[in-house]
Amino acid sequence: MAKPKVATTHMTGCFGCHMSVLDIDERILDLIELVDFDKSPIDDIKKFTGPVDIGLIEGGCSTQENVEVLRSFRKHCKILIAMGECALTGGIPHLRNTVSLKECMEEAYLNGPSVVDGVIPNDPDIPLLLDKVYPVHEVVKIDYFLPGCPPRADAIWAALTALLSGKEPELPYELIKYD
Amino acid sequence: MNEGKKIVINPVTRIEGHAKVTIRMDDKGKVDKARMHIVEFRGFERFVRGRLYWEAPVIVQRLCGICPVSHLLCAAKAMDVIVGADKLTPTAEKMRRLLHFGQTYQSHSLHFFHLSAPDLLLGFDADPAIRNVIGLIHANKDLAVQAVMMRKYGQEVIKATAGKKIHGNGAVPGGVNKNLSIEERDALLKDIDQMIEWAQGGVDLYKKAYRDDYDRLSKLGSFESNFVSLVREDGALELYDGKLRAKDPDGKPIFDMVEPKDYLTYIREGVRNWSYMKFPFIYSLGQEKGWYRVGPLARVNNCDFIDSPLAEKERQEFMEMGGGRPVHATMAYHWARLIETLHSAEKMKELLNDPDLQGEDLVVTGKRRNEGIAILEAPRGTLFHHYQVGDDDRVTMANLIVSTTSNNQPMNESVRVVAEQYLEGNEITEPLLNHVEVAIRAYDPCLSCATHAIGLMPLDVTLEDASGEVIDRKVRD
Repeated sequence: MAKPKVATTHMTGCFGCHMSVLDIDERILDLIELVDFDKSPIDDIKKFTGPVDIGLIEGGCSTQENVEVLRSFRKHCKILIAMGECALTGGIPHLRNTVSLKECMEEAYLNGPSVVDGVIPNDPDIPLLLDKVYPVHEVVKIDYFLPGCPPRADAIWAALTALLSGKEPELPYELIKYD
Repeated sequence: MNEGKKIVINPVTRIEGHAKVTIRMDDKGKVDKARMHIVEFRGFERFVRGRLYWEAPVIVQRLCGICPVSHLLCAAKAMDVIVGADKLTPTAEKMRRLLHFGQTYQSHSLHFFHLSAPDLLLGFDADPAIRNVIGLIHANKDLAVQAVMMRKYGQEVIKATAGKKIHGNGAVPGGVNKNLSIEERDALLKDIDQMIEWAQGGVDLYKKAYRDDYDRLSKLGSFESNFVSLVREDGALELYDGKLRAKDPDGKPIFDMVEPKDYLTYIREGVRNWSYMKFPFIYSLGQEKGWYRVGPLARVNNCDFIDSPLAEKERQEFMEMGGGRPVHATMAYHWARLIETLHSAEKMKELLNDPDLQGEDLVVTGKRRNEGIAILEAPRGTLFHHYQVGDDDRVTMANLIVSTTSNNQPMNESVRVVAEQYLEGNEITEPLLNHVEVAIRAYDPCLSCATHAIGLMPLDVTLEDASGEVIDRKVRD
């Protein structure tokens, strides 16, 4: 029997949730016995060749491309998990929602004290940014929410192993409480 | 027909789009320049404005989940200046150093063993689907387990010093919020000799691989550059604090012993409309000539010695390659990185045996100021944090020059050199893709690094003519 497939992606976040996945340490040896990581979990939409059992989303949604990633993950994953603060609420990056995008760009590329000959990047080779940073469930339906900044490795492990054995994850308070 | 062409390499994927490379050719079909577009923007410098200054270390570490400790510590150091803590207590200073060595150890181990060892052991041209840590587990389980345990050790040090493995908060303005208990100390001391031994094994492994494949590795994506890093006042390798030193390609000083607070006199940043990542340069040399490399290669080249015996021995052997000049080979980054891994393990042992870590005097304050500047050597290179704080305790200005930003132009140069070496006509070949990937990974732009840690680095290369029409495209699964 083929092993279940897991796909993961990173959008507007810091990669800390993916690092927390690695913090399962030795259990990564067990994990690769249990599942196949999708060969290119974050590849072009055309490369999703078949259905994936579990998709893990790290990061909020802040660009046109993030929207496409979310839609392709929803389309191909049976179960979609929002992993970590940024995916759940927009996280720290969504602090930019309190000011305009224009002001953020001007601060970084025109007004910073070390900037020389500033210009706002606008080449067609770089993606357009959305006006605000959105939680992922405002863009697609999400099946499970895994809180934390990042979620603890033990929480990720408990949720994954429960879902892989067809059970509803039941995480005790100690696993899902924040700092 | 006589028209320029461009090749677009999208290393992290098209739809996700964190990084993307364009290679531009001139009308003779020769490689002209390479551009690595960084396509992410988050705006920390603006939105941290208005926040209370003691929140800054906790907020800005969310820039990077791979080395959050670097931002936590750099912001805390800047806030030390704000609260007038000109000299921390021995406990605070040493707890922070232990935290930073733990961070360097885990980050360097991840970078080398999880990311680069698969290239070396399975071959650059091995199927990318197995050229990752999972492939490593199948190919060499002992080494893979060692990699996992080394990273775990560094993360445990971080947890013991900062409270939590990722996004801890141990460093606060003026000091730290915990010391190291005897239990924590003993748990870490138990395995430290093993960590030193494994780190030494890593240096030996890479040294051999480098020498065995010297012709290719010494040239891959290589070029000569300036180097910038911190050094200690006596010239020693220094990761946590120190003065700025810049050397030219011959190893002659451009500037030396520069106080962090004076950074704006020496370092500025250019901006290009095609990347969200800025282009730092040495101000006196101008944008064209002033770019420089940072990170392990720069630090080992720049320092006069390393103050731990095993790493110093390795440094001397490493510098022999340069024959009196700095070592410029891009793939020597990994070698230097492993020397620093060894150094971190040696220093952790020294610190763990220091009773000051059990001290209870954790925080100091002094005369409040309105401006704080700090520089730190993050695993990937020199990190600058600069804040202004109002009398109401709110941040009014933040300027961050992040490590990988300083390596922006160098990464472009490496891709350009690799393209010159491996581009054949208008064909996008596997060797080209593989070598671009390996060269970028020597510097480790954080995003592709982490992507590769659990999956692989998919490549999407498009060859376009000057009008943007696609001539050839190759997507690797």
